[in-house]
Amino acid sequence: MLGYIKLAILGFAVVVAAVAAGLARDLSYQIHALIFMVSAAIAFIWLIRRVSEPAPVVDPNTYMDGPVRFGVIATAFWGVVGFLVGVVIAFQLAFPWLNFEWAQGFMNFGRLRPLHTSAVIFAFGGNALISTAFYVVQRTSAARLWGGSLAWFVFWGYQVFILLAATGYVTGSTQSQEYAEPEWLADLWLTIVWVAFLAIYMGTLIKRREPHIYVANWFYLAFIVTVAMLHLINNVQIPVSFLGSASIPVWSGVQSAMIQWWYGHNAVGFFLTAGFLGMMYYFIPKQAERPVYSYKLSIMHFWALIFLYIWAGPHHLHYTALPDWAQTLGMTFSIMLWMPSWGGMINGLMTLSGAWDKLRTDPIIRMMVVAVGFYGMATFEGPMMSIKAVNSLSHYTDWTIGHVHSGALGWNGMITFGALYYLVPKLWQREGLYSLRLVSWHFWLATIGIVLYAASMWVTGIMEGLMWREVDAQGFLVNSFADTVAAKFPMYVVRGIGGVMFLTGAIIMCYNLWKTVTSTAERKPASVGSAVPAE
Amino acid sequence: METYSLLRAFADSWHLLFMFCFFIGVFVYILRPGGKKVHEDTANMIFRNDDKPAAEDNRKRQAGHADLREAK
Repeated sequence: MLGYIKLAILGFAVVVAAVAAGLARDLSYQIHALIFMVSAAIAFIWLIRRVSEPAPVVDPNTYMDGPVRFGVIATAFWGVVGFLVGVVIAFQLAFPWLNFEWAQGFMNFGRLRPLHTSAVIFAFGGNALISTAFYVVQRTSAARLWGGSLAWFVFWGYQVFILLAATGYVTGSTQSQEYAEPEWLADLWLTIVWVAFLAIYMGTLIKRREPHIYVANWFYLAFIVTVAMLHLINNVQIPVSFLGSASIPVWSGVQSAMIQWWYGHNAVGFFLTAGFLGMMYYFIPKQAERPVYSYKLSIMHFWALIFLYIWAGPHHLHYTALPDWAQTLGMTFSIMLWMPSWGGMINGLMTLSGAWDKLRTDPIIRMMVVAVGFYGMATFEGPMMSIKAVNSLSHYTDWTIGHVHSGALGWNGMITFGALYYLVPKLWQREGLYSLRLVSWHFWLATIGIVLYAASMWVTGIMEGLMWREVDAQGFLVNSFADTVAAKFPMYVVRGIGGVMFLTGAIIMCYNLWKTVTSTAERKPASVGSAVPAE
Repeated sequence: METYSLLRAFADSWHLLFMFCFFIGVFVYILRPGGKKVHEDTANMIFRNDDKPAAEDNRKRQAGHADLREAK
């Protein structure tokens, strides 16, 4: 019966989407309607081919790893896509002729830049978070995922959202809010997917077969709940037409700016930090084969982080129309955030105490440790940049870009790579990775790439900040904007080269993971003795 | 009183006090005597159940009859 209801809904969706595509008022909306139509049609055909088959019997005493496997593949794929677009736009900044005339309006910097940010944050990071969340919550709850095939809906639904967002950016559909560019239709779709994600996660925690909820799950849960809240409040928009992609924001003026950066900074705090800390608290102890350094510290880390992060947003609006007290509040909370962040960093690093030799032999743990190191550096740099006096130099310069990338490439990227290297042999029952040598290559390419990136952006950022404020004896500005652009050229090339190295490392990873699945020996089933619980 | 002033007054008095107490309370609870055993057990939880879920009554057994588990 449920199968027929699903078929009816999907069939209806195909028709509605087809009609909407026909009546669409703009190109983005038309493409989005077609994406919905094709996705619903594929799901319809997939279902109807299985309609007479008996329902597959699911053993509740196994883990549901299918969506995790797909999520791992999607993470690697979107990672390469996102890094590639990043390299392209880095060179577009260095060599403006790369904004080809024939591609204007689709592949110029302005269109590709949100494609890059969303591809790495939401497609690469999001898939990493969803798949590791599904993996970790099952292992730490000792229970199969709740909700049956709903996990598949979350996986495929999220890919549809990525396609909606990506095609929207390239064709110019944007609500012009940083990290929240997708228009109302994509926003609504993401809401549905996210609620399903939350339901699966909560459902699995509720039916857990362990007495306690492991700390990684707290971080994941904070990430899911907070992102839902941020997404809903920052995307209160009224569509101009149900057949067009444009919409009108409800918030306006400084309130709109404040809500946007409350959203924006907590996207960093809860998407890129809390969620990835969930990964840290599971995968580092697993890879190091020892429990987290201090479980008490991890709980303090959690509560302090979520209590403070939510207030840090106003530091994006220093010296704007935002009231002074709100700016100072944002700055103060950002500085206080340093403490829990470093508490977490110390906890992650010290998990290796007594096993430091693993750094020499295990390139995966090396990757994870460097990730935590970059977490520590970025969470020191961030509070420092949020100080008003520092911000007056750093804001609007490339220093900000460098800061974001030492966090995103160093922390999010490296911990995700570590998790992928851990997961693939586990998920495909392989004895081990295809090549540790290639992991080392990946590690060094990525690390040197990040160093080139961050260092060049420090130099160019501080340089342009100083050039902007330089005045002569009469009080006139010395440099025009074009002067700063010209001065930045060498650093832009270095940044691009750093990006190429990072991208090369990721491609090596994909090859290594592919060979791990296709050409290493299968893990032998554990012997009977070790499969039975100790009790 | 207009809504903004009302909410604003509530936010920086009673709610601030509530959040402060809650935050301190969390730390006190974390450092409570007897928490060590629970935390140690929870920290090591990730090393069980790697390949398949635990038995259905595992949660009750672990939580309710700690001494029973030790005896075995």
